[in-house]
Amino acid sequence: MKLSELVIKFDLKVKCGAHELDREIKGGYVSDLLSDVIANGRAGEVWVTLQIHHNIVGVASLKSLAAIVIINGREPEEETIKKAEDEGIPIMVSKLPAFELVGRLYQAGISGTR
Amino acid sequence: MHLHTCLSPCADSTMSPRAIVKGAKKQNLQMIGICDHNSVENVEAVRMAGKRERLAVMGGIEITSQEEVHILGFFSKKTALRDIQDMVYKNLSGENDENLFGEQILTDEHDRVIGSNRRLLIGATGLPLEKIVDAIHRLGGLAIASHIDRQSFSIIGQLGFIPKGLTLDALEISPLASQKRRYSSSQRHSFPLVTFSDAHCLEDIGRSFSSFLIEEANIEETKKALTGKEGRKVIIR
Repeated sequence: MKLSELVIKFDLKVKCGAHELDREIKGGYVSDLLSDVIANGRAGEVWVTLQIHHNIVGVASLKSLAAIVIINGREPEEETIKKAEDEGIPIMVSKLPAFELVGRLYQAGISGTR
Repeated sequence: MHLHTCLSPCADSTMSPRAIVKGAKKQNLQMIGICDHNSVENVEAVRMAGKRERLAVMGGIEITSQEEVHILGFFSKKTALRDIQDMVYKNLSGENDENLFGEQILTDEHDRVIGSNRRLLIGATGLPLEKIVDAIHRLGGLAIASHIDRQSFSIIGQLGFIPKGLTLDALEISPLASQKRRYSSSQRHSFPLVTFSDAHCLEDIGRSFSSFLIEEANIEETKKALTGKEGRKVIIR
């Protein structure tokens, strides 16, 4: 599935990286610990998190993640959006809580196993 | 007491020892503390730059716990700073990417660049919160939870509560917190409160500060002020 399809299907609000939505999603990872994503995130995955700090962009870029999806309608910090634009990391916001969003992503065929 | 130097990847490269000392003097501060992320390597340079200008500089570190909670540790002894550094580096993996997280500049007391730190200082150590606080105390230091009112990297933001039995010496309220919130948080917690600037750039030095009524600018006296011993005390605005 492409990011652009994800945005439509799950009613995600695109905060930045709108021109990068052509990317194919290779899987998903959920974590609110940045160090955990550094250790276990994989290239091409969507990262579901509640973190809004600008360091999430560095982590996503380091691991070549496809995108960051922030849950519960939380708004990323201004600095986060600015940095994500620079790094070309799409950030989307979902109104759903993590459990519900991940469940729906899984149903849509996005897997967390390798 | 909570200032970052150019060694912290997220801090401005202008945060050099002399510039920090100058900035602190301009704000009429009498005592400052240096707390870079997971490193004490620029502490000595700032201390020496401060000495020339008669500004007391406390050696500290801002350690990231396994839970991604920031804890400030302050030490009076150089050997303690070295020991805490060893412990942190032993439990910190990864290499910094300057383009993603920022430069980590090492300087001398004359603001001359003497190198850069290659470690992933922005990363989290593998050390649990309790272990960090215990280690700080074992080395005679002072353990303060950073910016507890912030969502990111604070004990409240990450855990939602302060674990029972965690022997913190104080809680730091960020400059962003309003007076009202400062008051309500002081009602909630039984820990002494302090507020520091957490400055990452020169303009932010002194934007928030605490007044310690103490005999001399050192960690032992600061400890007494936090516990209200022998007439010492701490006042936050």
